[in-house]
Amino acid sequence: MKLFDKTRQLIEEIEVFYDTVSEAALVCKTGIEYFLDREPLRLSERVQQMNDLENQADSLRRSIEHKLYSRMLIPDVRGDVLSLLEASDNVIDWAKKLLTALDIEQPQIPDALIKSFRELTGASYNAMDEMVRATRSYFYETEMVNDHINKVYFYEHEADKLEDQIKRKAFRGEEFTELSRRVQMRYFAERLANLSDQAEAVANRLAIAAIKRSI
Amino acid sequence: MITVLFFLSSGLFLGWSLGANDAANVFGTAVGTKMVRFRTAALVCSVFVILGAVVAGHGAAHTLGRLGSVNALGGAFTAAFAAAVSVLAMTRLKLPVSTSQAIIGAIVGWNIFAGKPTDLSVLSKIVGTWVLCPILAGVFAMGLFTVSERLVRKSRVHLFMLDAWTRLGLLLAGAFGAFSLGANNIANVMGVFVPVTPFPDLTVNGYVLLSDVELLFLVGGLAIACGVYTYSRRVMETVGSDLFRLSPVTALIVVISSGLVLFIFASQGLEQALHSLGLPAFPLVPVSSSQAVVGAVLGIGMVKGIHNIRYIVLCRICLGWVVTPVAAGLVCWVLLFFMQNVFMQIVAK
Repeated sequence: MKLFDKTRQLIEEIEVFYDTVSEAALVCKTGIEYFLDREPLRLSERVQQMNDLENQADSLRRSIEHKLYSRMLIPDVRGDVLSLLEASDNVIDWAKKLLTALDIEQPQIPDALIKSFRELTGASYNAMDEMVRATRSYFYETEMVNDHINKVYFYEHEADKLEDQIKRKAFRGEEFTELSRRVQMRYFAERLANLSDQAEAVANRLAIAAIKRSI
Repeated sequence: MITVLFFLSSGLFLGWSLGANDAANVFGTAVGTKMVRFRTAALVCSVFVILGAVVAGHGAAHTLGRLGSVNALGGAFTAAFAAAVSVLAMTRLKLPVSTSQAIIGAIVGWNIFAGKPTDLSVLSKIVGTWVLCPILAGVFAMGLFTVSERLVRKSRVHLFMLDAWTRLGLLLAGAFGAFSLGANNIANVMGVFVPVTPFPDLTVNGYVLLSDVELLFLVGGLAIACGVYTYSRRVMETVGSDLFRLSPVTALIVVISSGLVLFIFASQGLEQALHSLGLPAFPLVPVSSSQAVVGAVLGIGMVKGIHNIRYIVLCRICLGWVVTPVAAGLVCWVLLFFMQNVFMQIVAK
């Protein structure tokens, strides 16, 4: 039937969209790791890859939004799904901005902060990854949403702690003498932790949307 | 022919108002939740209401005939007119009203006026079904809701696929509901005209295509369809959100439950099947589709938690059981008096 064919096509697009978000999170993580390993060329490759993923996610989101409205699908939860898509797309945008800023500014991270930055990257990546899992669960089995959301909250909290730790080290440690470099460390720590905040924003929307989805 | 049409006009008006209001009970939740377009709903509803009326409308009409066989066209006109006026007046006064209950009151009013006895066993059976109707719809809805909830959870069906299946389900259940509405409620519209039907059998080459009563029901069905197309849109668009905020799946459950209730109180086939199994059959009586919908919604409310029940709605239904037939009976009696003594029409033989 035509209705079911079109629905399957839309489901496929949503799946591809979240594959893109998931891949973008992974590209962001590996890009930052290359940067911390002082491999700027490989970071640039990741930036390029991230640009492509961001464009792909944008066009997929627009196509899904158009179809949802033009075919009057899921009228009761359409607003929730659209806001989830937009919030998920924001995560990619922020990840792209972070990688681009790293590629342009190439800040020098002192050895004392490398470990903390790696841990912060891991926490933010885990938050994004759990966010994608939670969103996929929303479409298939709402009772699993909370399990993943709780993990997002956990990693976001971890990321906040690591962000604080980096800031304290940057401003109180002996690694830097110039204020500008301390501020630059703070800026990147905030940007990196912001990825988990964006994942948390999606999780917050999901928590409400999942309650509304119960029949 | 003009005289016939004039006398039928009260029934046709009743049919039109049934189409405008009660069709919304069948497709209102689907259109209100924006799952089915009004144009699609109106088309499916009209076709299946007419089919239900012509194919399966005899059972409930027969029970009305046993309650009181209105034996003059003038009397039938007045009874239907009294029911229509009562429905209109009570709707204006924002009182709970049901066409089924109004027509029963009008027939009893005619019986009293004409000095005919009212079969109390039939009357008690009919009143019993009014109480049973919302309860049964509630029980069906509770069962269907519990099963659907488990099914949706276990099947891990994608949100969009669930939406597609629900749309299809709403359309099919709506068609079934419309068929049941036509079968059950055509008795309200044309039941009083059955003993005095002005139509001959419709024959082609000696083969009876439609009997006189079927032709009468077809005309009534067309009046209902007219009501659906001309006036039900606004009612449909508000019914989904007025009573209770329904999700598309719960809307589907409400439509199926109310359709089932209308069907079991109209289906001669089901009655015969239950009899052949030695089981007690449901009486074939016109019931209120509005009360079936309210019963179904309350049933879902009970499964979701007792605090969701609006007791005021229950009180209004109980009030309607008493007020509607009494008001229609009184109006009918007064109108028959005028018809006979002022307009010099034969209202009873």
